[in-house]
Amino acid sequence: MAVPILKQSNYLIATIQAALTDQDFVQLRDALVEKVGRFRSRGVIVDVTALDVLDSFASRTLRDLAYMIRLRGAHTVIVGIQPDVAFAMVQLGITLADVSTALDLEEGLAFLDSVDSEQARA
Amino acid sequence: MGTVKGKKSVNPAMTESTVALLRELVAHLRDNRTELREEWARRITEARLLTAMTKEEIFAEATSVYDNYVEALETGTFEALQAYARNLSERIIPRGVETDEVVGIVLLLRDVLARSLFGKYRSDFDLLNRILDAYEPAANRIANTVAVGFVQERERIIREQQEAIRELSTPVLQVRERLLILPIIGVIDPLRARQLTEQLLQAIRANRARVVVIDITGVAEMDSHVANHLVQTVEASRLLGATVIVTGLSPDIAQTLVNIGVDLTKMNTVGDLQGGIEEAERLLGYKVVMHDSDSGGKKS
Repeated sequence: MAVPILKQSNYLIATIQAALTDQDFVQLRDALVEKVGRFRSRGVIVDVTALDVLDSFASRTLRDLAYMIRLRGAHTVIVGIQPDVAFAMVQLGITLADVSTALDLEEGLAFLDSVDSEQARA
Repeated sequence: MGTVKGKKSVNPAMTESTVALLRELVAHLRDNRTELREEWARRITEARLLTAMTKEEIFAEATSVYDNYVEALETGTFEALQAYARNLSERIIPRGVETDEVVGIVLLLRDVLARSLFGKYRSDFDLLNRILDAYEPAANRIANTVAVGFVQERERIIREQQEAIRELSTPVLQVRERLLILPIIGVIDPLRARQLTEQLLQAIRANRARVVVIDITGVAEMDSHVANHLVQTVEASRLLGATVIVTGLSPDIAQTLVNIGVDLTKMNTVGDLQGGIEEAERLLGYKVVMHDSDSGGKKS
């Protein structure tokens, strides 16, 4: 199942609607990394609210996605991880280290805005 | 709550002659009701059982138990006795009556009644034997029913209390917009740790918290399992987009955390709760200004 990627001013928003296969995750990663350059986006939000499980492959792909997008000059925020999912992930030792997270889409946008304004000041 | 099922019909193993014997027995117990009750109450006092209750209370309860006992013997059904035992337990447990006392008084009644049967039938040994054959199984079941009822009631109370303690023990409080505090007091066992985490993560979502201060000043010590759990809670909170500040780590707990090799870059710790809240306010962009004569008061 393809994940729609929406462009919202300087940001890209990918909202995952249903459980994805490993293949879908890889596709999502590649699509985002490609589009972030094409649209000259400054931030990427991946919304995982709909997911009630995030296994190690999915988590690693999300982490790789975040690192790759950073190398392409933008920021990534993962938003909407459910409480149960978060705790299950941590118990499996998956902590998405160095990847920004936020409660939901709104918080994610606020976070990217703050990063943006910080960079503008610097 | 499970209950011991009293048999509805008369025990099929009971032959007609047993039933007849029991009927005779019941008649005997009814005739000597006053006398036997008094004897029983006297024996209870003598054995120093039910010391939490007054003599009058003992006698009143003894009467009810006696009547229920005889009825159970007569009908072979235990529901009424069971209900009474539960009700009695409810009343006497808060007064500190112990299990051995309850079992003790029921066994005493059994003895008193058996003694009176000996007295009545001592001339006819054969009849006495058959009477006891009928009496003993029923009496044992009665003793069993009462004791089990009492213990079940106690267990129910203990469960209720545990539940209450558990619910009371994990308050998650919002002190400011986007700022939660979780004060932890007392011993954290794995079950409670798990519950703390669940409640905290739910509260982060519900209150849209961005910073959480976990204060563990009231926790004396922590084993490595629970310490690990704390670290996991911090990480899980971060996945929800909240920053956790842990405050009030005692030297012992600090040592435990160092011993399990916790990654300190992930843990944001501040000495005390006050410092933690100040740090949280800083993260959230709040600024607390002293109310001065010239400035406009507390601003945030």
